[in-house]
Amino acid sequence: MSTSTASLDHASPEQIAVGFCRVLRGVGLPTPLGSVLLFVEALGRTGVESRDSVYWSARATLVRRPEDFSLFDRAFSVFWTQRHELEPTDEEIQHVTLLVDTDGDEGSDDKGEADSLDDDSIALRFSAVETLRHKDFARYTPSELSEAQDLMSRLRLAGSPRESFRFVKGSSSRPDLRRTVRASLATGGEPIRRHWLEPDQRLRRLVLLLDVSGSMEPYSRALVRFVQAAVAGRQKVEAFAIGTRLTRVTRELSHRDPDRALARAAERVADWSGGTRLGDSLRRFNDEWGVRGMARGAIVVILSDGWDRGDTDVLAAEMQRLHRVSFRTIWVNPLKVTPGYAPLARGMAAALPHVDHFVEGHSIDAMERLARVVSAP
Amino acid sequence: MTDTILTPEAVAAALEQQGYSADTGLSTAVFLALTLERPLLLEGEAGVGKTELAKVLARWTGGELIRLQCYEGIDATQAVYDWDYSRQLLHLRAAEATGEASSTGTERLENELYQERFLLKRAVLRALSPAPVRPVLLIDEIDRADDEFEAYLLEVLSDFQVTIPELGTVRADVPPIVVLTSNRTRDVHDALKRRCLYHWVEHPSFEREVSIVRRRVPDIAEGLARQVAAATEAMRALHLYKPPGIAETIDWATALGRLGAVAIDEHRVRATLGAVLKYREDQERVETNGLGELVQAAVRRALVA
Repeated sequence: MSTSTASLDHASPEQIAVGFCRVLRGVGLPTPLGSVLLFVEALGRTGVESRDSVYWSARATLVRRPEDFSLFDRAFSVFWTQRHELEPTDEEIQHVTLLVDTDGDEGSDDKGEADSLDDDSIALRFSAVETLRHKDFARYTPSELSEAQDLMSRLRLAGSPRESFRFVKGSSSRPDLRRTVRASLATGGEPIRRHWLEPDQRLRRLVLLLDVSGSMEPYSRALVRFVQAAVAGRQKVEAFAIGTRLTRVTRELSHRDPDRALARAAERVADWSGGTRLGDSLRRFNDEWGVRGMARGAIVVILSDGWDRGDTDVLAAEMQRLHRVSFRTIWVNPLKVTPGYAPLARGMAAALPHVDHFVEGHSIDAMERLARVVSAP
Repeated sequence: MTDTILTPEAVAAALEQQGYSADTGLSTAVFLALTLERPLLLEGEAGVGKTELAKVLARWTGGELIRLQCYEGIDATQAVYDWDYSRQLLHLRAAEATGEASSTGTERLENELYQERFLLKRAVLRALSPAPVRPVLLIDEIDRADDEFEAYLLEVLSDFQVTIPELGTVRADVPPIVVLTSNRTRDVHDALKRRCLYHWVEHPSFEREVSIVRRRVPDIAEGLARQVAAATEAMRALHLYKPPGIAETIDWATALGRLGAVAIDEHRVRATLGAVLKYREDQERVETNGLGELVQAAVRRALVA
């Protein structure tokens, strides 16, 4: 911020806008040029005299997510009182992640991607990585971890398709009057050739909830790569980290370069290798995302060992809630393979009645089986 | 809409007059949407009055309210336009019967078929068509539509024009007032958000909620309105699955009014709890938290404030 904003009363809307947007970028809120111009226009209408008008004009034009409000408010009050330095805040971390480009959301075609992955997954079966496939994640060396990344990105997480509400050209179900009328023109108005529509196929949303608490640490560093591969490789995947709190990491992990994606996610997740409050985190997920729509009709995969330091009644109730709205609930527990394993973790025992599939998750091999469970019709 | 110079305060006053009390943030956002001719994207919890705002805007400006309810799979034929195929086929039949079809040739016939009289105008096209007063286009629950539709909508909202291959381009002389709402079941695309002005609608403050209830349910006692607002406010702090919105407060106040209540008491609250809490778990939570205490606290709060 330059000294040109020292006397706001005499500053032009342009100066205010440019000055303030610089502060916003400084704290990590992306402000594209288009928004800045819109803000200038808005200031032209509301005037720059009143703090309230400037504040609300800025908020209506520059902020697009409620999560950014607190950071925005702080930036604004700093700007308005013209202090020069910003105290670093928690939210500063968020800022980096907001810049992640999500152009992958549009354009790429589900079906095409599934096809191309098909070849790769065949190649997987007879390679030198056979040993790696059965090795327990907990015993991986760092170099094996990055090798595993490669294998995981080849896993097909197609998810079972369901019928879309959209209709496409086809051979059944519903007459395609548009085409029929068109075609009938060629035959003097007689609809001789009938055209038809059929429902399109659509992937179910896949929601991955990865437990990042301390007890999961040996596994979560491998599993997060699996989650990243799923997010980057397919549309309609959402990823969350659960520990003592809930963090949505979809945007961070959607970066196509796995290392950068993982670095961004790691920055974002504040409670990595901390404690576990599965029930509370699931509750937050259900309240803020899941039950509202994200988990509805979706395939929900929880990757966790089921150790919960919170109230297991809460966990059971939230699992039941989640199970009621989702299409399929899958619990992946890396400890399941342990000889003599019984779901002793209290959290696990509480959650099990509300799980459709309970699978292992300790090795690539196990993840392949998971991929099959996810993709089952 | 009056001809006087528009200010955020004037917007707030006009909305107030129509029975909608907006805070400074919302009235500024509406003011900007009107003057900058940009769509207004409203997000917020269900039941905070997002959709209502569009209705009120239409009442105020006198423009037609054109509502497009989004749902999964919605596409251009349902949102923008479609051809009336049955009538087209009938027309073809008629042409054939009169022998017109063979004499006029295919091209003529085609021109006849794709005329405006066979065009079914859906919400978006209607909003772009000439009108005496700017219509209000309400695109409700955009988060329910899919990505493809959002991308299409972005195109329409950028230029306020629609191209119909058979007819040409329809362009709005004056862009409609566009209000989009989202419950945030998923993120709306950044590109669409950038096109819009954005406002997050909060639950109203206590006094504002009281005045909304008073206005929407005028036949109940003021004391009751205050107590109902206080009780809902308390419920919102209980971490419920579905915290009650304004719509629920109004329903609840209406229900209590019908029962002839002039004040809330534990018995009546229990009997009408279904009007305000829509989950069994939420009702249980409120009960275990102590319904009696909640009622007493609400009665006190209503007096103090």
